[in-house]
Amino acid sequence: MTTLSEQILGAPAGEYVDRRVDRAYVHDGTGVLTLETWKALGGSGISCPECLFVLFDHIVPANNSTTADLQHELRDFARHAGLHFSDIGGGICHQLMAEGNALPGEIVVGADSHTCTLGAFGAFATGVGATDMAAVWASGTTWFRVPDSIGIHLTGSLSGSVEAKDLALTYVSRLGMDGASYHSLEFIGEGVSGLSMDSRLTLSNLAVETGAKAGLFYADHVTRRHLGSFGHRVMPQEQGDCNYRVEYHFDAGEIVPVVAVPPRVDTIRPVSDLAGLELDQVFVGTCTNGRSEDLSRFANIVRGKRVKVRTIVAPASRKVLENAVKTGLLMDILAAGCTVLPPGCGPCLGAHMGVVGEGEVCLSTSNRNFRNRMGVGGEIYLSSVSTAAASAVAGEICIAGD
Amino acid sequence: MRIEGPAVCLPPDIDTDLIIAGRYLRTKDRSIWAKKVFEDLDPALSGRLNGAVIVAGKNFGCGSSREQAAVALKEAGVRGVIAPSFARIFFRNAINIGLPLAEADLPCRDGERVVIDLTSGRVCSESLERPVAPLSARMLDILSSGGLVEFWRKKK
Ligand code: SF4
Repeated sequence: MTTLSEQILGAPAGEYVDRRVDRAYVHDGTGVLTLETWKALGGSGISCPECLFVLFDHIVPANNSTTADLQHELRDFARHAGLHFSDIGGGICHQLMAEGNALPGEIVVGADSHTCTLGAFGAFATGVGATDMAAVWASGTTWFRVPDSIGIHLTGSLSGSVEAKDLALTYVSRLGMDGASYHSLEFIGEGVSGLSMDSRLTLSNLAVETGAKAGLFYADHVTRRHLGSFGHRVMPQEQGDCNYRVEYHFDAGEIVPVVAVPPRVDTIRPVSDLAGLELDQVFVGTCTNGRSEDLSRFANIVRGKRVKVRTIVAPASRKVLENAVKTGLLMDILAAGCTVLPPGCGPCLGAHMGVVGEGEVCLSTSNRNFRNRMGVGGEIYLSSVSTAAASAVAGEICIAGD
Repeated sequence: MRIEGPAVCLPPDIDTDLIIAGRYLRTKDRSIWAKKVFEDLDPALSGRLNGAVIVAGKNFGCGSSREQAAVALKEAGVRGVIAPSFARIFFRNAINIGLPLAEADLPCRDGERVVIDLTSGRVCSESLERPVAPLSARMLDILSSGGLVEFWRKKK
């Protein structure tokens, strides 16, 4: 039998294969260099415009005229070449792809490292750089080395205010920042079926923080229901006996709320250890934790209260934002004193909006706390949405009540 | 393929945000990346990179997929990078833009002369020699063409 990566790529681990990709996407950041490189390839044409997506999310709306000019050129190109295009305010690329644009068994590449998020659907989804992407634009294909796989075996279920994010940070810390280099992760075991699609997306999203190429779930009834709501009919994927290089076991019932301390994603501490740490900013959103389930958790905790620290909330997509408006959650979030940003990456990459200053401490629901990532001299702690919400209300890191 | 130069030693887990910060990505002007490379790690470092070989710890280039990280090193004059392991996206990016990488565990002394010989598959310093994990034939081909764009043009 074979792993899911081997099934999808159609060859045993270790082999190099050339494959047609089903979907490929870039954002406003990586798209510019992709376009440059594609031009340098010498007018090769576009192999499969209907497979290609250009999704603006990183610096949106544009922050200055240089960015505006770069976006102008990429926008024009995407439209003229007939690529799928989502302009500012549409949402984060990975989230838009997760809204019915990636299917089980597909091969998906994105010019962004968190493309692994889409493994939640049983797609082989992985990040590539701009030059690889330019070659995909021109040829519709790319090469892969079929990865060995590591099994992340889950049992039990998350309880109380413990979230998939806590489980994600826990597995990242167990594997380490390069623990899965050149490997794929496969999330398996009886603990998987109880995980919502939003939770799976969070777990797949962090896969790259262990160096993994992809982080896959086998499509099941949850996948089916989620994709069914976008009009897709999908078949479950069969998991056979396969050889994992190594298996890690996690009992979700034993996971506690944790925080990743700067500057490494794999250094975690229980929230209780850091209780009382004063904050300058709380940020809720990103491709890790900006979905409807996240906003709803957040609103449930801040409803009827006031945040004590500046708090920024960025929905992951227009759909998520619309949903928050319809259900009244957005009003709760605003009434609690939070600042709501347009759908997109917002402060996550420290280039535009919500940048933190020298010596400031930010608690963020994102996936990276590298030095200076959200602003020079700022420190980033990573947590779940519940921890972020409770801490926003307290003005300092604190554990959410169950 | 043979490259040599004075070693610049770097610690493990150097992420691409540290190589080139997100705030410098919105431009097509490559000279900016060369100037700002490693600014958040050590602003003085960029001045020592021209003609040098970086000898880093494991997991070099982890994090963001930004190809500008590999480009910045090349533009700054880095001849090649030796590390026990590389993050996979960075690895592909570097080969694709024609920046030689050698997966090898070579102890580093700043300024010491080091050699990467990808043809014979070894790296060495003044006193040590280590084998390099072999590149696939295609990767070597892309690298010796100077990158994927040149490789592609040649193929056409
Ligand atoms: S939200 Fe952050 S991690 Fe996700 S794609 Fe945007 S910048 Fe990258």
